Amino acid sequence: MLLKKRLVLFGKTKRLEAQFDEFMDRIIEASLIFERAFKGYLRDGFSEDFSIAVDEVNQIESANDDLKRKIETRLYEQTLIPDLRGDVLSLIEGLDGILNLYQANCYRISIEKPDIPQVYHRDFKALAKASTACVDSLIMASRAFFTNIEAVRDHNVKVMFYETEADKISTRLKTRIFASDLPLEHKIHLRYFSDRVEDSSNRAEDVADNLAIYTLKRSI
Amino acid sequence: MDFTVLIFLTSGLFLGWSLGANDAANVFGTAVGTRMVRFATAAVVSSIFIILGSVLSGAGAAHTLGKLGSINALAGSFMAALAAAMTVYAMTKLELPVSTSQAIVGAIIGWNLFSGSVTDANALIKILGTWVACPILAAAIAAPIYLGIQRLLSWAKLHILRRDVYTRIALILAGAFGSYSLGANNIANVMGVFVPASPFTDFKVADAFTFTGIQQLFLLGAIAIAVGVFTYSKRVMLTVGGGLMPLSPVAAWVVVISHSIVLTLFASEGLEHFLASHDLPTIPLVPVSSSQAVVGAVIGIGLLRGGRNVRWRVLGNISMGWVTTPLISAVLCFVSLFFLQNVFNQQVYTEVTYSLSPKVMDHLVESSLPAEDLTGLKNRKFNRATEFLQAIGQRTYLTGYQQKKILEFSETTDIEIRADIVDALPPDWLSAGQIEAVRKLKGRHFKFKWAVADALEQLSDEWRLYPDSIRNKAHNKQIKAKLDYIYRTFKVSR
Repeated sequence: MLLKKRLVLFGKTKRLEAQFDEFMDRIIEASLIFERAFKGYLRDGFSEDFSIAVDEVNQIESANDDLKRKIETRLYEQTLIPDLRGDVLSLIEGLDGILNLYQANCYRISIEKPDIPQVYHRDFKALAKASTACVDSLIMASRAFFTNIEAVRDHNVKVMFYETEADKISTRLKTRIFASDLPLEHKIHLRYFSDRVEDSSNRAEDVADNLAIYTLKRSI
Repeated sequence: MDFTVLIFLTSGLFLGWSLGANDAANVFGTAVGTRMVRFATAAVVSSIFIILGSVLSGAGAAHTLGKLGSINALAGSFMAALAAAMTVYAMTKLELPVSTSQAIVGAIIGWNLFSGSVTDANALIKILGTWVACPILAAAIAAPIYLGIQRLLSWAKLHILRRDVYTRIALILAGAFGSYSLGANNIANVMGVFVPASPFTDFKVADAFTFTGIQQLFLLGAIAIAVGVFTYSKRVMLTVGGGLMPLSPVAAWVVVISHSIVLTLFASEGLEHFLASHDLPTIPLVPVSSSQAVVGAVIGIGLLRGGRNVRWRVLGNISMGWVTTPLISAVLCFVSLFFLQNVFNQQVYTEVTYSLSPKVMDHLVESSLPAEDLTGLKNRKFNRATEFLQAIGQRTYLTGYQQKKILEFSETTDIEIRADIVDALPPDWLSAGQIEAVRKLKGRHFKFKWAVADALEQLSDEWRLYPDSIRNKAHNKQIKAKLDYIYRTFKVSR
């Protein structure tokens, strides 16, 4: 009886571990889809492919919302990791926030269809790439938080590096935009999208900062 | 059983209850406080293992308390336990660190002072020494375990969820171990004073094993502890976690396991026997404070982390507790005994008479004790050990060991080896040879315990005590326990 209960306990734990992994897989997936769709947008303008990408990100977002609720419920119902539960839930919330940013950016592009001149494409692509790399490193840091706490710091250093990269690219891009002869409203629209694409790296940095604190607390 | 006996035992049960409420909280406190283990689980596991520990392994530490002073009247035991329980209760209410062990030792000393009995200095020093050693040992055990577990976890790279499950299981197992050792070590505090005046008699369960009077007494005490766990420990458990230092569940486990190891070291007769048989120094079997073992373990971990998180003031309070707890308990016991005896007309101690009869003088000479200096005291009777020792002190100087021996040899008693009692001796505990030797003494009267021992030793080698040495300690202890049983069983009650 006790053995059976214990086996069930281990089974449930394994399932929850898998759910954490799945949650993070989806964020990486969404970040890659966004980067690919954004590059496609720069190349072809608003297209069928972009609409498909928007749908995909939407689906991922809503599936991850479900998963998040399941994880939260299970953590509370079974009073798992009572000492770290608050931190883990904040982490999940932070990661979910990044996914929401991707979804919102997809919508913004679909609705506002910004006109991005060819001359800024390289910087916009570099900005999207740095932001994706930043989120990717954050996911690795988050996975390490669950299994290999010593590696969190290494991944966090990468998060900071890519965030600074994204910051530099964004500053350069905005300087160039405002130095151009474009009408002010166009400049402001481009600045707005530069900020939105950069947002995910800024958010990733915030989550990584918190993660560093959770990691300190997690040391036994 | 006499109804008054039950009334007298209530103070021991009160002490047991407060031990359950306070000390059991030490074992599962951090686990329940951090919500890693549910209170119901903790209470059930804790109660079962406290009872098992008390009944199966409780005798070791009780022996040392018995040596400190044998409270030989039930009313005296009642007051000693009540004084200790009231001290524990009051100190807990005042939120001062308290140890049941220290309270009961204080109460025994209070009784010794009141009854004119001698407090065995060696036993007292042994007990005081372990109080200091207990937290230090706990810290010394916790630190390497903490380091080891840190390395192990870093190497194993477990998912936090899996680590959580393992930690929960480990906490329950460590808690069970802790409860067992708490029962084994601390039952002596609760029921130890009742051992010499125990109202229970041995009985056999289905002819398979004997359930001794002491075991019955300890079972009763253990049940009181369990009731304390269920009724009052939850509150203490929930506050015990953050007392000294914030602890993670894994660190909490290290604390519980270190506490349990320390308590086991001070309670295990098996370990003592093992060490003795390998010519290693033994650890005295003494009831130690579980609170202090926990505090020691927490500080051990705190020091390893650099000592920044430790609230050092608490350590000061604990050291103060070493002095105040036994002192308050001793004074309380002394004053209460006075009232119990003079206002309620209760017999709080049985008078023990010491007499240096010619037979005793001869025995002193045989045992190489300075009998010639004591000829002036020949045939004089003393009703208090302290007065007797004072009279001896005016004539000659004796070492602590010599004083103890003279008291032992001159204590008078009335023992009659009755045939009907011989037939009822437990054959599974006493060997056939031992029973046969007792049978040969049928009808004889003895005025001194040593005379019974001598007579038995002459009749059978199986009653022989070996020369004092660590290796022979276990054998001698067993023979002495059996002799005590014979003295009690055949004592003529007036």
